Amino acid sequence: MSDATTAFLEATVRTATPLGLAALGEVVVERTGIINISLEGIILAGAFGALLGATHGGATEGFFVAMLLGVTAAMVFAVFAAWLRADQIISGTAVTLLVIGATGTLYRALYGATGAALSVATAGPVAIPGLADIPVFGPALFNQPAPTYIAYLLVPGVWWWMYRTHAGLALRAIGESPEAAEAAGIRSDRFRVGALAFGGLLGGLAGGTLVISQAGTFAEGMSAGRGFIAIAIVVLGRWHPLGVALASLVFGAASALQFLLQALGLELPYQVFLVLPYLLTLAALAGVAGRVRAPASLGRVG
Amino acid sequence: MRRARATALLLVTTLLVGTIVLLSATGHDGGQAIDALLSGSIGSWYALGSGTLVRATPLMLTGLAVAIAFRAGVFNIGAEGQFVVGAAAGTAVALALSGAPRAITVPIVLLSGAIAGATWASVAGYLRLRFHVLEVISTIMLNFVALYLVSYLVRGPLQESTHVYPQTSSISAAAQLPRLGPTTRLHLGFVIAVVACFATWWVLRNTAGGFRLRAVGANPFAARSAGQIDTARVTMRAFLVSGAFAGLAGAIEVSGVTFALYENISPGYGYTAIAVALLARLDPAGVIATGILFGALESGAAAMQRDAGVPSVVVAIVEAGIILTLVAIERVRLTPEATTA
Repeated sequence: MSDATTAFLEATVRTATPLGLAALGEVVVERTGIINISLEGIILAGAFGALLGATHGGATEGFFVAMLLGVTAAMVFAVFAAWLRADQIISGTAVTLLVIGATGTLYRALYGATGAALSVATAGPVAIPGLADIPVFGPALFNQPAPTYIAYLLVPGVWWWMYRTHAGLALRAIGESPEAAEAAGIRSDRFRVGALAFGGLLGGLAGGTLVISQAGTFAEGMSAGRGFIAIAIVVLGRWHPLGVALASLVFGAASALQFLLQALGLELPYQVFLVLPYLLTLAALAGVAGRVRAPASLGRVG
Repeated sequence: MRRARATALLLVTTLLVGTIVLLSATGHDGGQAIDALLSGSIGSWYALGSGTLVRATPLMLTGLAVAIAFRAGVFNIGAEGQFVVGAAAGTAVALALSGAPRAITVPIVLLSGAIAGATWASVAGYLRLRFHVLEVISTIMLNFVALYLVSYLVRGPLQESTHVYPQTSSISAAAQLPRLGPTTRLHLGFVIAVVACFATWWVLRNTAGGFRLRAVGANPFAARSAGQIDTARVTMRAFLVSGAFAGLAGAIEVSGVTFALYENISPGYGYTAIAVALLARLDPAGVIATGILFGALESGAAAMQRDAGVPSVVVAIVEAGIILTLVAIERVRLTPEATTA
């Protein structure tokens, strides 16, 4: 039982990591009044970037190119949503579609028409001496790949920046009332583009994590709705970094549930487990939406 | 703003040119690809009827589903899932109804697809009206649920009798839509799609219900306070009608083209539908033209992949380019009256 519990907790943190990273970026973006539907495409771009970087370099190059492509996709969205102030949902959907087409085409063009699965350099878990030896929780929390530790550091970091710095205050003001923020001399466009770049960086890293720390390969459309789940996590986490971290763990647990249930000998069609995170998203949104308050200008820029 | 617009258009152009350069750089013959694209879509009567128009049928109906939802201010990007459950329900009913005559079977199959699609969409409608859940998120989540549902069905209760392939048995001839000629693959579903588009166009334009739907889409607050319109009711109807058309598309695809259910029954019709609807300026009659255009593009792309080795997913880049161009030059919004005025 203890082994199963440890495996469950380990899988919870592992699957929560890319969701948490992407959602943490999205919190900052949504606080400027923009809902980034292209996050799904950004994660996919990151995953493809990781494939490019890791096959031509190594795991480190993979993460770097993942973040680069994530930011690139986010900047395409920024031109439309932040600069042109076009409809965020339509342009976000289009950017996701663009990334699906571009990564699919490039993948087949560069790696063969069959699109056979390639294995890439992976970066396995790194145990933190001492902490990883704590019973049950130690291996789950402190024997994880590097991106998990980045997420641990970013949660308090983003919180501190948002709530304890002048720039963070300006960011939150834009989301609540762009007009008032502009009147106070805040350049809201710059904050929006900056926030989207940060969101792209973390979304790209999330995609890189999927390839380099988890799957060890790339598959077309492998983001599999994680961008949308991350957006739901932001709602569930009430647009707060700490809330988002907790909500990510809830989703990680839902995905990891299959390990626990299999250990208990429950025989269910495997699709039941695969569908859990999506059903949980619906249930969670129904549970909290209406009782939480979004940034007042969310989705209404321009 | 003009500089932003120019940048946006430059970006789209760069992307499209970049794709062409990339494909030629990776050893694809551009001329051969274009030849394949044209001959596979409009190069012959056979390509036009059995390729382009067969492909256009689900695109017109899902495009219509998206257009009518957007007109009501409902961002249904779940046409994909509604299509898939429509196909699943249509198949299940067709398999159960073996022995009944075609004149009874086909209408029941198509109706069950429409009902399944509407039911699927109603979940998102309920979540939005009761709990204020963004339908953008909920419809996408429901797409994934629908895909896994089909994955389960074709490996479980609906799997073909030898239990080898992840697909259902073929539906009986009585459940198949009649073809429009002896040498064509084009089926009656195409006619149904065209009629549905014209009928919706007429209803939106000439009936009180159509007016209410447009009013709610244009400004829900004004519709409620000045127009005494029950906006929740209109919104729910938009979800239902939209889902019904997408579900109907799924049932027609099974009854007219595939004759069986399998996992990748939709090559992303529900997503292409967004481009179809936006390019038609959300006009139901316009969807006929844009549906055929995208049908030609997809049919040609399939030929391009077969004959020139160019991945057909390249179409998604073109679709995204079209949507982004429209967004940039026309400021297309989900408050559609502003775009059609």
